[in-house]
Amino acid sequence: MTAPILALRGVNKSFGPIDVLHDITLEVRTGEVLCLLGDNGAGKSTLIKILSGVYQPTSGTIEMDGRPVSFPTPRAAQEAGISTVHQFGGTFPLMSIGRSFFVGVEPTKGWGPFKVYDRKKANEIAVRAVQEMGITRIDDGDRLVGGLSGGERQSLAIARAVHFGARVLILDEPTAALGVKQATHVLRIVNEAKRRGLAVIFITHQVMHAMAVGDHFAVLIRGAVAADFRKGEKTREEITDLMAGGASMASLEAEIEGYMSSHGGHPPPPA
Amino acid sequence: MGQSSAGRLLRRPEAGAFLGLVAVLVFFAVFGGVAFLKPAGMASWLNVAANLGVISIPVGLLMIAGELDISVGAMVPFGAMTVAVISGHYGLPIWLGIAAVLLFGVIVGLINGLMVVRTAVPSLIVTLGSLFAVQGIVLGLTVLITKSTSVALVTEGAAKAIFGDFLFGGQLQVMVAWWIAATVLYVFFVHFSPFGNWIFAMGGDRASARNAGIPTDRLTVVLFVLSAISAAFVGMCQAILFNSAQVAGGQSFIFNSIISVVVGGVLLTGGFGSVIGIFFGTITFAIVTQGIYYTDFDRNWSSLIIGVLLLGAVLMNNTFRKMALNYSPKKGARP
Repeated sequence: MTAPILALRGVNKSFGPIDVLHDITLEVRTGEVLCLLGDNGAGKSTLIKILSGVYQPTSGTIEMDGRPVSFPTPRAAQEAGISTVHQFGGTFPLMSIGRSFFVGVEPTKGWGPFKVYDRKKANEIAVRAVQEMGITRIDDGDRLVGGLSGGERQSLAIARAVHFGARVLILDEPTAALGVKQATHVLRIVNEAKRRGLAVIFITHQVMHAMAVGDHFAVLIRGAVAADFRKGEKTREEITDLMAGGASMASLEAEIEGYMSSHGGHPPPPA
Repeated sequence: MGQSSAGRLLRRPEAGAFLGLVAVLVFFAVFGGVAFLKPAGMASWLNVAANLGVISIPVGLLMIAGELDISVGAMVPFGAMTVAVISGHYGLPIWLGIAAVLLFGVIVGLINGLMVVRTAVPSLIVTLGSLFAVQGIVLGLTVLITKSTSVALVTEGAAKAIFGDFLFGGQLQVMVAWWIAATVLYVFFVHFSPFGNWIFAMGGDRASARNAGIPTDRLTVVLFVLSAISAAFVGMCQAILFNSAQVAGGQSFIFNSIISVVVGGVLLTGGFGSVIGIFFGTITFAIVTQGIYYTDFDRNWSSLIIGVLLLGAVLMNNTFRKMALNYSPKKGARP
């Protein structure tokens, strides 16, 4: 097994008196999809924001390639190769595919002060990058992003991250707002990113989607890692039960709360 | 192929503005004859368009970037009064007056921009504040210094020829040349250089733009400086042209610039628009306000036409924008 590219070691995060994350320890390796599962309010978003440089952990360390790192800004995380794609793609609905693909790094042609934006080149590269990821329906770089389907937008954003050399791809509920067919497109792209050796952190509610692409699963409950297991170690029913409530969920929550109150706020070690 | 290129034109942001311009031209040609298309008639609306256009393009860029600047209404008399007081009342060299106008433009623009960026107060409110503050400064200082609300200014030589004269001794103001030159420069920077992309990205989704590495704060401040300088510049040129400056006036530029920009196809919430569209929108607006004189209609009806035009333009622009969004190449058309 390869060394983890990105690892969290005992990360805590609190906002004033409110503890949001407790002793999070997680690892993700290249060519592997880590599925982060959890109900609303479990702390998934906070965790992503720590990884993408929006928040700083209150304590604990983030390691990249085995070395401790810190990301004071989203830009710093991006430069380290961590790319985050949000639920709605984080793209610009009224810009063309080519233009939005290259926002901030526009290709130019010409000389000196007469450098002009190279529309043709931008469109070509953007369309090729998306098609290589398996979305062949996008073939005109002049189309506006807002005219694409939700799945195509996600795919465009993921293709963009891959094209600009992301090593860790964080996907924040990419399939939440999508239909079945659209979600399949996105899952195919997640697999493609994995095949290319990216480490993917895939946040989702849908166990089906997680099972389809995940190699490694972590379930967050109340800001703590309640379960951490690899593919095949739990059945779909068990995962659903863990995530979506049910008797075992309720008892687990009670158990964790009981443990935490008797152990000075610390959660139990992951199962 | 002809059909697809016509479709391509219709999906551009300036499509509505162009059709609006054609409609207005036809309307006034029918009701007013072609007099307003003859040189004297053209000068009347081109002069109005030029003075407005130099201001409405930067105001439009701010709108594309998701901001609003209404302080231009105070910057026009501020620019006029600054040059008139320095070079007219005190009799200092005209170039000193011009430098002061541009400097004050930069200062007010910086204040507007930094306030918007630092405080996250909506730019409408910030520039509403600076609109009144600058108006107060202009009135207060002018009366304090000159004991009057109107100051005379006599300019000769190069400064007069460059900033406040008529082209070729005719009826066209020099401002028309400034306006066309500015439009060409803006078209280049907004639609051809990479910076233009940043403005659209910022208006589309500010957080994503920042994450993509665009210096959104700096760009916002630069755009506010640009609109403040442009408005002060127009005021200064008017003072040089008419040999005097008044503390009042300039208020009309607030709404007129916003109307030109919106008729020109810029989305009020940002992220969509074009410089050429604003250019057409400005001409359309100027033709409506001036063309009425060439018809038998009472002048008082021109506001009605502008109101209807504005609503019509917005509806039309919405339609064209939807067309652009829904556009996708026909299935089976590709190999």
